[in-house]
Amino acid sequence: MSKHDSASPGHNPARRQALSCLAAWTGAAVVWTVTGGVPRALGATGTDIPTAAAKNALTFVQISDTHIGFHKEANPDVIGSLRRAIADINALPQTPAFVVHTGDVSHLSKPEEFAEAREVLQEIHVDRVHTVPGEHDAIDDGVNGYLKFFDHDGNGKSWYSFDQGGVHFIGLNNVLNFKMGRTAALGDEQIAWMKSNLAGVPHSTPVVVLAHIPLWTIWEPWGWGTADSAQAMALLRPFGSVTVLNGHIHQVLQKVEGHISLHTAMSLAYPLPTPGQDGIGEPGPVTVPADQLGKLLGTRQLRIVRGRHELALIDTPLDR
Amino acid sequence: MSYAFSRNNIHLLRAYAVLWLVFCAAFMMPAILAVAAPPAPTVEVNIAKFAFSPQEITVAPGTKVIWTNRDDTPHTVTSNDKSFASKGLDTDDKFEHTFTSEGDFSYICTLHPFMTGVVHVRKQ
Repeated sequence: MSKHDSASPGHNPARRQALSCLAAWTGAAVVWTVTGGVPRALGATGTDIPTAAAKNALTFVQISDTHIGFHKEANPDVIGSLRRAIADINALPQTPAFVVHTGDVSHLSKPEEFAEAREVLQEIHVDRVHTVPGEHDAIDDGVNGYLKFFDHDGNGKSWYSFDQGGVHFIGLNNVLNFKMGRTAALGDEQIAWMKSNLAGVPHSTPVVVLAHIPLWTIWEPWGWGTADSAQAMALLRPFGSVTVLNGHIHQVLQKVEGHISLHTAMSLAYPLPTPGQDGIGEPGPVTVPADQLGKLLGTRQLRIVRGRHELALIDTPLDR
Repeated sequence: MSYAFSRNNIHLLRAYAVLWLVFCAAFMMPAILAVAAPPAPTVEVNIAKFAFSPQEITVAPGTKVIWTNRDDTPHTVTSNDKSFASKGLDTDDKFEHTFTSEGDFSYICTLHPFMTGVVHVRKQ
C-alpha cells in the first residue's frame, strides 16, 4: 500500500516556479503539521512528539549527503552547513543516543575529505556516528578509501548491524554493483548476510535500515532506486515495525508499504531537482539564492515510540 | 700568400665537418621522423549534462580519445570490460585512453550508471 507517488510532471521550468515547486513538493511528500511556524514531519500514528522524554524512548538523529569537498556555487561552504546542523543537534533538549549518516559523506572519495568529515563529525555530542557509504564515497577504489576512515566494525565490511534501545539497526551498502545503464544493487552476498542477520531477530523488534540509495524506485532514469531491493523488502516484511532511512536524492520523500515505512532525507550540501519537471533533465546541484539554501538543507530526529509501529520523525531545516 | 690550411688541416677539417653533420643529423632525425609520421589521431568526448557527447563514436585503432568533464558534478569513464577506467573526474578534469585493438567498448559513469557511451574501433 503506497501512500505517496513520485513527482508529477509538467511543471513550468521558470526558476521561481521551480523553486516554489521544490518547496511545495518537499511539503507534500511527508505528513506535515505546522506548529509555531516550524514544519514538522510526523509518522502516521502521532500528532505530536512529547517534549518530555518518555522513559527508555530511544531517540537518534539522521543526517545525510554532506559531500565534504564540494565547493561550487550551489554551496561554497559545505563544512559550514554541517557545522550549523551540528549546532542544531547539540542544542536538542534531549541528547540523541547517536547519529546516523546515510551516505555521500565525501564528494570525491579523497582521503582528505574523509579525514575532515570524520574530524568534524566528532564535534557532535554523541558517542557514535554510524555511517553508510554513498556513491560519492565509492569513487576510484570501491569503498576501500571510505573503509579506511569509516569501517564500522573494523572487519573490512561496509555493511553491519547493531542493537540499541531494543531496536535492531542494519547498515547497508547499495553503491557497488552498478550495472550498465541500470541502478545500483545490494548484491547476492549482502542479501545473504541480511537474511542470516535477520533470522535471529524477533518479528516484534523494531528494525531500522540505513542505506544511501532509496530502497524503492523513485525515478529510474536518474538511478534513484535499487535493482534488487525487492529481495531486501521481502526479508523485512515479516517484521512489525520497519523504518528504512535513505539519502541520495537530497529531498524528503516517504513511502509506506504495510509495516515498512521508507524515508529519504534532506542533504547538508545542496538541493537536487525533483524529477519529471520540464526543462530539468538531470540530477545536478541546484543553485538557489543564498538566503534560501538553509531552508532546503536539514536534519531529522527520530524517536522510537513504544507500542507504535512507526517511528516519530521531525524534519528540521537549517533555516526555519 | 700562404694558405692557413695545410693538407693535414684539410683532413682534420673534413673529419670535423663529418662529425658536425652526424651531430646535427642526430638532433634533426627525431624532428624529421616526427614530420614524416602523422601525429596520433585524437577524438574529444564531452561529459555534459549527465551525458557523454557524442554518445557513440567510431575510431581507427591507435586513436586517442579524450573525455572532459564539463559538469558541476563529478563523473567517471569506466568501461564494462574493465579495459579502461578513469579516476573520479571533477569539473574540467580530463581522461584519455588510446584504443589499440578493434572492438566495441561500452562504458558508463559509475556514479550515474544511466550515463552510457560506446567507442567502436574499426580499421579504416
